[in-house]
Amino acid sequence: MGYQGNFRVWRGDADGGGLEDFTVEVNEGEVVLDVIHRLQATQAGDLAVRWNCKAGKCGSCSAEINGRPRLLCMTRMSTFTEGETITITPMRTFPIIRDLVTDVSFNYTKAREIPSFKPPKGLAPGEYRMQQVDVERSQEFRKCIECFLCQDTCHVIRDHEENKEAFAGPRFLMRVAELEMHPLDEGGRVDAAQEQHGLGLCNITKCCSEVCPEHIKITDNALIPMKERVADRKYDPIVWLGNKIFRRQP
Amino acid sequence: MAELERHSFDVLVIGAGGAGLRAAIEAREHGMRTAVLCKSLFGKAHTVMAEGGIAAAMGNVNSNDSWQVHFRDTMRGGKFLNNWRMAELHAKEAPDRVWELETYGALFDRTADGRVSQRNFGGHEYPRLAHVGDRTGLELIRTLQQKIVSLQQEDHAETGDHEAKLRVFQEFTVSDLLVEDGRIAGAFGYWRESGRFALFTSPAVILATGGIGKSFKVTSNSWEYTGDGHALALRAGASLINMEFIQFHPTGMVWPPSVKGILVTESVRGDGGVLRNSEGKRFMFDYIPEVFKEKYADSEAEGDRWYTDADNNRRPPELLPRDEVARAINSEVKAGRGTEHGGVFLDVSTRLPAEEITRRLPSMHHQFKELADVDITAQPMEVGPTCHYVMGGVEVDPDTGASSVPGLFAAGEVSGGMHGSNRLGGNSLSDLLVFGRRAGTGASDYVSALPVRPVPSEAAVAEAQATALAPFSGEGGENPYTLHMELQQAMNDLVGIIRKAEEIEQALERLEGLKARARTLTVEGHRQFNPGWHLALDLRNMLVVSECVAKAALLRTESRGGHTRDDYPGMDPEWRRKLLVCRTTGPSEVDVEVKAQIPIREDLLELFDRGELEKYLTGDELGS
Amino acid sequence: MRAQISERTLRTDRWWLSPLLTVAGLGLISVYAAIRTFMNDYYWVGEYHYLTPMYSPCLSAECVPAASHFGQPLPELPGFLTPPIFIIPFLLGFRITCYYYRKAYYRAAWMSPPACAVAEPHKTYTGETKAPLIAQNLHRYFFYAASILLLINIYDAIAAFSGEKGFGIGLGNIILLVNVGLLAAYTLSCHSCRHIMGGKLKHFSKHPVRYWMWQRISTLNGKHMQLAWSSLIFVCLTDLYIALVASGVIGDLRFVN
Ligand code: SF4
Ligand code: SF4
Ligand code: FES
Ligand code: FES
Repeated sequence: MGYQGNFRVWRGDADGGGLEDFTVEVNEGEVVLDVIHRLQATQAGDLAVRWNCKAGKCGSCSAEINGRPRLLCMTRMSTFTEGETITITPMRTFPIIRDLVTDVSFNYTKAREIPSFKPPKGLAPGEYRMQQVDVERSQEFRKCIECFLCQDTCHVIRDHEENKEAFAGPRFLMRVAELEMHPLDEGGRVDAAQEQHGLGLCNITKCCSEVCPEHIKITDNALIPMKERVADRKYDPIVWLGNKIFRRQP
Repeated sequence: MAELERHSFDVLVIGAGGAGLRAAIEAREHGMRTAVLCKSLFGKAHTVMAEGGIAAAMGNVNSNDSWQVHFRDTMRGGKFLNNWRMAELHAKEAPDRVWELETYGALFDRTADGRVSQRNFGGHEYPRLAHVGDRTGLELIRTLQQKIVSLQQEDHAETGDHEAKLRVFQEFTVSDLLVEDGRIAGAFGYWRESGRFALFTSPAVILATGGIGKSFKVTSNSWEYTGDGHALALRAGASLINMEFIQFHPTGMVWPPSVKGILVTESVRGDGGVLRNSEGKRFMFDYIPEVFKEKYADSEAEGDRWYTDADNNRRPPELLPRDEVARAINSEVKAGRGTEHGGVFLDVSTRLPAEEITRRLPSMHHQFKELADVDITAQPMEVGPTCHYVMGGVEVDPDTGASSVPGLFAAGEVSGGMHGSNRLGGNSLSDLLVFGRRAGTGASDYVSALPVRPVPSEAAVAEAQATALAPFSGEGGENPYTLHMELQQAMNDLVGIIRKAEEIEQALERLEGLKARARTLTVEGHRQFNPGWHLALDLRNMLVVSECVAKAALLRTESRGGHTRDDYPGMDPEWRRKLLVCRTTGPSEVDVEVKAQIPIREDLLELFDRGELEKYLTGDELGS
Repeated sequence: MRAQISERTLRTDRWWLSPLLTVAGLGLISVYAAIRTFMNDYYWVGEYHYLTPMYSPCLSAECVPAASHFGQPLPELPGFLTPPIFIIPFLLGFRITCYYYRKAYYRAAWMSPPACAVAEPHKTYTGETKAPLIAQNLHRYFFYAASILLLINIYDAIAAFSGEKGFGIGLGNIILLVNVGLLAAYTLSCHSCRHIMGGKLKHFSKHPVRYWMWQRISTLNGKHMQLAWSSLIFVCLTDLYIALVASGVIGDLRFVN
């Protein structure tokens, strides 16, 4: 049943580090996080890793396995062959703290930049009426467990640190879409999506959708619909021409 | 000592689950400068694991529902041991708390007329649980998190600083509370990331740290559930009640081993799932206890009709309160009718069409697919009991959440009393909201009325620091992981779902041994993000709380709710009038005493039939 | 400070395969389309009234008169220009600004990124925020234009049932029908179409018909990539078949008349 598996785990901190080799026991039915825990308990007591639920619900255990952003607790060992060396590295896009733990504060900063839900005035609690078909789109986005794997994989910031300032990332552009589609929200965030949150930087290459452990169709259902809404308001030549001729402010 | 990080706040909230966040929102709205300290990242709290829903008698699906019915169900579920005032407040206020979430942006599933939809759940007479598919806990946490962000945005607009009035310190563990002259003066702890210490001065602390499940081997709880709040309260001088009552959720995953204990939501049964043993029998019909006979179907046909016509049929016994179902599964497995991996079958695949299953139970479908490679639309699940929730906790004033230590408040799972001897599914999320808010108000009122704020003494701070560093000083001592595993094994085997006097005594002996060994624990490495060190400190909490559990379990010579004594299988009305209170008597000693329960208020008693009360209350309580 | 990992990617799978296939596929098709455009011949089968979609509508004076279903409002084209010159900008524009093709060529041709979690070779990146890429936002106007061309293609496919000898059905008819079917599915599954038909609404419950359309389009939209490829390849195959029949290399397989 069990076998000795080969692992390469990145260890280190902001001052440097590298891949270290380990041989660890692997048993039937285990996930990568189990192996990391065994490593902690038997060979590397101070190996840093984040985790909480072990069931893919909290989004804490994000890392990269064989170069692909994944949840450690949702990657079954049975997806690898016994002889394979499995490489586990921290998320690349965020500053390293130690070993597999990164500083994800970028995401919390971005979350604060999105204007919050704006309920209709004069509607008392208990009086909210919404139809199921109207809430379903936003509900899909609210499945998000904030693992930030989409943020990690998005090349806009993964490959270009300088874009972090201007780009909210797929998770938070999706938050904008969620509020835009909320049946009772009165916010209006379409222009801001383009101008402040960097929607235009997304080139819809869909890596965020590929890695999302909740299988949220981020690109198809959030980002592209937002781009279309932006086009409604900003890139409609007729509106644009009207604005030019009549010198209106859009 | 010179570079110790120091902060000062009006209210400290420890824990960022539902109760903590709700309390923090309330304190901030009362104008308090509030800090939330949590062990994980903001938004990762264990509340996200709650699947079923928030119980609140809104009556959206069945208009017969009312707070009185909810109150009755809660008391029945808790076998009348509940703090009735808490159960009353809870039933009355839960609907407002749910509606309030909608104003924060929550999106619950809807009824046809656009109101919050409500689903059936074990022990609830009417469909009562507001829900979002089976990820209600996530919705609740995210909503509260986003409400906090929105308050921070308001503060930013006003002061230019997002954190002017409400600040979250994430990945920070509180290791000790600081008490001066019997009052709360602050809290001391460390950043998990850097291992550096910090001191928070604050006249009020709200504990919202959740439960103690990590003391058990098979548990649905995450690593955070090490009983920190329980232990902090004990050490600060407060008392714990009802610690013997631990809920084993009947349906946890049993396979593969690495996910053993992870929850399978009760909604599977609420939506039609049935339990079968290895012989294919729906065994729950054999386990309907006397007190519930009238309320549950006695034939499969009637049980099945109930899903479509609840008014004219009795519900299937799969929906009995959790303790009953857990015990039944336990007996089936013991009798050799269990599955290959030591559970029973929970099947919805033969009961609902596949797309209905994926619509109603999306995260269960996902969880089994990804973790166990089981497709629940085609195969049954294997399930077994798992340690899920501790009914016991800090003894608090129902209206304000205040403990016996001035300035110390508690809400949510860490507080005790509300659920009596057994909690109903769905009552936990509503509990968080109702009492989180009340503790927020209670703490704010306390701080406003305080003439002078106590200041933590430097000696106390130094002591806290020394305690936290102790695991590094030893040499040749044991590894905390080994001790933790032994503790879990002992609690699981000896103070688990079925208990006996000899076994509990054995457990207490082992606990003594573990306590002694814990004093010489040794951890390797340095303080920066060192899980070994963190565990060593948490172990101190788990040990003291486990001792409370074991001692209380030994004293209570009856079976009730989450406490089943093999040697005392019956429920004894005399014991209903008694609470077991746990207090510290020394640095790591605890003692458990009997305390009289406050009699239930007359008008609340009148909500029940006399016939029903006779099952629970003693003759002189009934005034015969 | 990020973790110091020097490898461009640690992926061990064949991540380069899909961009490679994309480049090869798009390259081949472009070459074929260019050849056919400048050939300016074999686009009309007079006997059966088959008109290749690549030359429809044929609007200038040098078109075979019978192939000009909508007349010849335009004069003869100078130099090497051929009739498709009027439709190619729209068809190409539609495909180039299509959300799927954008993904495909940004990844495969521009390597931005070549595959997920594989570092891209560019120093700077501005996405679709600056000219010319900002023009991708005009996709919906190409969608409108392409819809009109699609209607014309449908007309052509139906018109092809009556040839010189009156009503008849041949393999060419079937191919033309499948072709417009795929083109219609591709066009309908367009993200802009999904948005216009219903996606832009905040309250589906107030617009049941549009909600119904949005649901159908969303289902198709889930297959947009497959439709993009199959319709593109099939247009070429249709054109090739008509070219072969028109040039007399093969005869049309007739079922009726
Ligand atoms: S689709 Fe957009 S947001 Fe998503 S990974 Fe690609 S560029 Fe980033
Ligand atoms: S959208 Fe998906 S990938 Fe992104 S943070 Fe949420 S769950 Fe993770
Ligand atoms: S530990 Fe919660 S998602 Fe992996
Ligand atoms: S998105 Fe591909 S055609 Fe419009």
